[in-house]
Amino acid sequence: MSLFITAFVVGGLISVVGQLLFDVAKLTPAHTLCLLVVIGSVLDGIGWYEPLIDFAGAGATIPITSFGNSLTHGAMAEAEKHGFVGVLTGMFEVTSSGISAAILFGFIASLLFKAKGKN
Amino acid sequence: MVSKGLLTFPSNPSIAATGVTAGPLEKKSPFSSQFDKIYTDERMHLKTNEQGHAKMIEDASMIALSKIDAVPSKADFFFAGDLVNQMTPSNFSASTLQIPYIGMFSACATSISSLLMAALVTDANLSEITLAGAGSQHNAIERQFRYPVEYGSQKPESSQWTVTAAGIAVVTPNRKKTPVITKGTMGRVIDLGMTDPLNMGAAMAPAAMDTLERHLKGHQASEADYDLIMTGDLGKTGFTIFKELATRKEIVVSEKFQDAGEAFYGGDPKFFSGASGAGCSSAIYFSEVYGKMMTGDYQKVLLIATGSLLSPLSYQQGETIPCIAHAVELMMK
Amino acid sequence: MDEKKFAKIEQQLSPKTPLGLNIVKAFLTGGTICLIGQFIAMFYMTFFDFTERTASNPTVATMVFLAMVLTGLGQYKKIAQFGGAGAAVPITGFSNAVVSASIEHKSEGYVLGVGGNMFKLAGSVILFGVVSAFTVALIKTILVKFGVVSW
Repeated sequence: MSLFITAFVVGGLISVVGQLLFDVAKLTPAHTLCLLVVIGSVLDGIGWYEPLIDFAGAGATIPITSFGNSLTHGAMAEAEKHGFVGVLTGMFEVTSSGISAAILFGFIASLLFKAKGKN
Repeated sequence: MVSKGLLTFPSNPSIAATGVTAGPLEKKSPFSSQFDKIYTDERMHLKTNEQGHAKMIEDASMIALSKIDAVPSKADFFFAGDLVNQMTPSNFSASTLQIPYIGMFSACATSISSLLMAALVTDANLSEITLAGAGSQHNAIERQFRYPVEYGSQKPESSQWTVTAAGIAVVTPNRKKTPVITKGTMGRVIDLGMTDPLNMGAAMAPAAMDTLERHLKGHQASEADYDLIMTGDLGKTGFTIFKELATRKEIVVSEKFQDAGEAFYGGDPKFFSGASGAGCSSAIYFSEVYGKMMTGDYQKVLLIATGSLLSPLSYQQGETIPCIAHAVELMMK
Repeated sequence: MDEKKFAKIEQQLSPKTPLGLNIVKAFLTGGTICLIGQFIAMFYMTFFDFTERTASNPTVATMVFLAMVLTGLGQYKKIAQFGGAGAAVPITGFSNAVVSASIEHKSEGYVLGVGGNMFKLAGSVILFGVVSAFTVALIKTILVKFGVVSW
C-alpha cells in the first residue's frame, strides 16, 4: 500500500522538477526532457536510481528519467562482465520498452487517427 | 505624393465587395454571422489541411467576385498570401482561379500589404478588378510554426490561437456607395529583441506603434480623425502593450482603438490571448469593419495589420523576432 | 525606443507565469500518472508471472498504449495544458510526442511522413539517453579499473 503513496509522491516530485525547468529555467519541453534523461542516467551511474525504484516503484519507472536509467544500467551490466568492450556491446544490447512501444503504437495511431484542431 | 513608405491614392479606389470564409471552430466568433461561408469540416472535406486552406482562399475569392457579378477571367490581378511554406495554398488557389498573381508575404499583415498593392495598381489606372487578401488554416500553420496539433504543450496566457479563415477584397476604380482606399503606410521591419514565439503580440506591438506614428505624422492626421483604429492580431497581451506605447507617445487611446485578434473569439479564455494568423485580420477587416462602413457606422477607419516575420528555423537558430505592420486608411464618402 | 526600455514594459505588461499553481498541477498530474502506473504494475505482478523488477516493461508499454489512445482522441493535449510537466515528464508524454508527430505527418505518406517525422520531437531524448548511458558506463568502468569505486 505504501508503494502507491510513494509512487504518487516521487512521480509528482520529478514532474515538479520538470515544471521548474519549464517555468523558471525557461527551457523548452525538448531541452527539459533531455536533461531529465541525462539526470536519470547519472543517478544510475552513482547507484542511486535502483534504490529509488525499490522505494517508489512506478513513481521512478514511469518518469522519463527511468529511460536514462535503464539504458545506463544495461551498459554497465555488460561493462561489469566484459570491461571496456562491454561498454560498447552493452550499448547494442540495451533496449527500452518505451521506445519499441512508442514506435509500434505511434505507427498504429497513424493508421487510426487524424489530428483535430479543437481546444 | 509618395515618400518614405507613405502612400496616397488620389483616385480613391473602391473596395467593391469582400468575401470571408472560416472554419467550424470560428463559429464561436461573435462576428461569425458576418462571415460569408462557414465550413462544417476543418479540412473543408478535402484530404489535407493544406488543400482545405487553398479551398478557403479560392471560395472567398469566388464569393467576393460573385457579389459584383464578375468571374475570375474578368479580374486583372490577384495579390494574396498565407503562412505555409512557400505559400502553397495561395499558389494553388491562384492556379485554380487563373488570375495573374503575385504571392505576398507579410505574415499576418498580408491582408493589408495585399490591399496596398491592389490600391497601387488600381490607382495607376492599370486594373478594373483586383483581388487582394490573405488566409490561414489552424492545423496547417500550427504544424509549420509550432508543434503537431495533438502534441501536449502547456500554452501560456500570452499565446494566441491561429484562426482558420480567409478574407478577400475586390478592389476596383472608384465606385459610389462603397468604402474607398485613401491612404496607406508601408511598414518598416521593427525588431526590439523579443524571442518568445508564444508571446508574438508583445513582439509585434512596437511595429504597430511605429507604423501608427509614421502614418499620423506623415499624413498630418490625428487619432481623433478616425472612427476606428484597429490593429491586426496583437491579442490581449500585445494590445495592452501597444496601448501603453501609444500613451507614452501622447496619443489618446480611447474606445476607438481595437484589435482584431483580441476581439476575434470574444475574449474566450480557451483561446488564451486571442486570435492570430493571416486570416484573422483579413476576416475581421473584410466582414465586420467593411460591413459597418457600408451601413455608415464608420466613416473613416485606420487598419494596421501586424505580422511577425520569423520562421521555425530562425527561431531555432536563436534569432530574435522581426515584425512588421502595414496601415491602410478607408473612407466611406 | 531601445530594447532594454521595451523589455521592461513587456515584462510589466505580459501575464505572469502562475508558478505556484503550475507546480501544484504538475505534481498532481505527474503523481496520478505514476499512481496509475503502479496499479498496472500490481496487475501484472498479481495476474501474470512478473516480479517487481520485470513488471516495469509491460507497465511502460501499457502506459504508452493508453497515451496513444488519449492522443488520438484529442484528450492528451488537454491533460498537458492542465498538468504541464506533469504530463510531459512521464513516459506517456514521450508517447504523446511520438504519436502526435505520427498522426500529423500521415498526410505525407507512411515512409516519408510517419517514418521520417515520428521522432522529430522525441528523437533528441533517445539521443541524449544513449549518449549519456555510454558516457556514464565508460566513466564508471574507468573508475573501477583504477580502483576508485567498485561495481
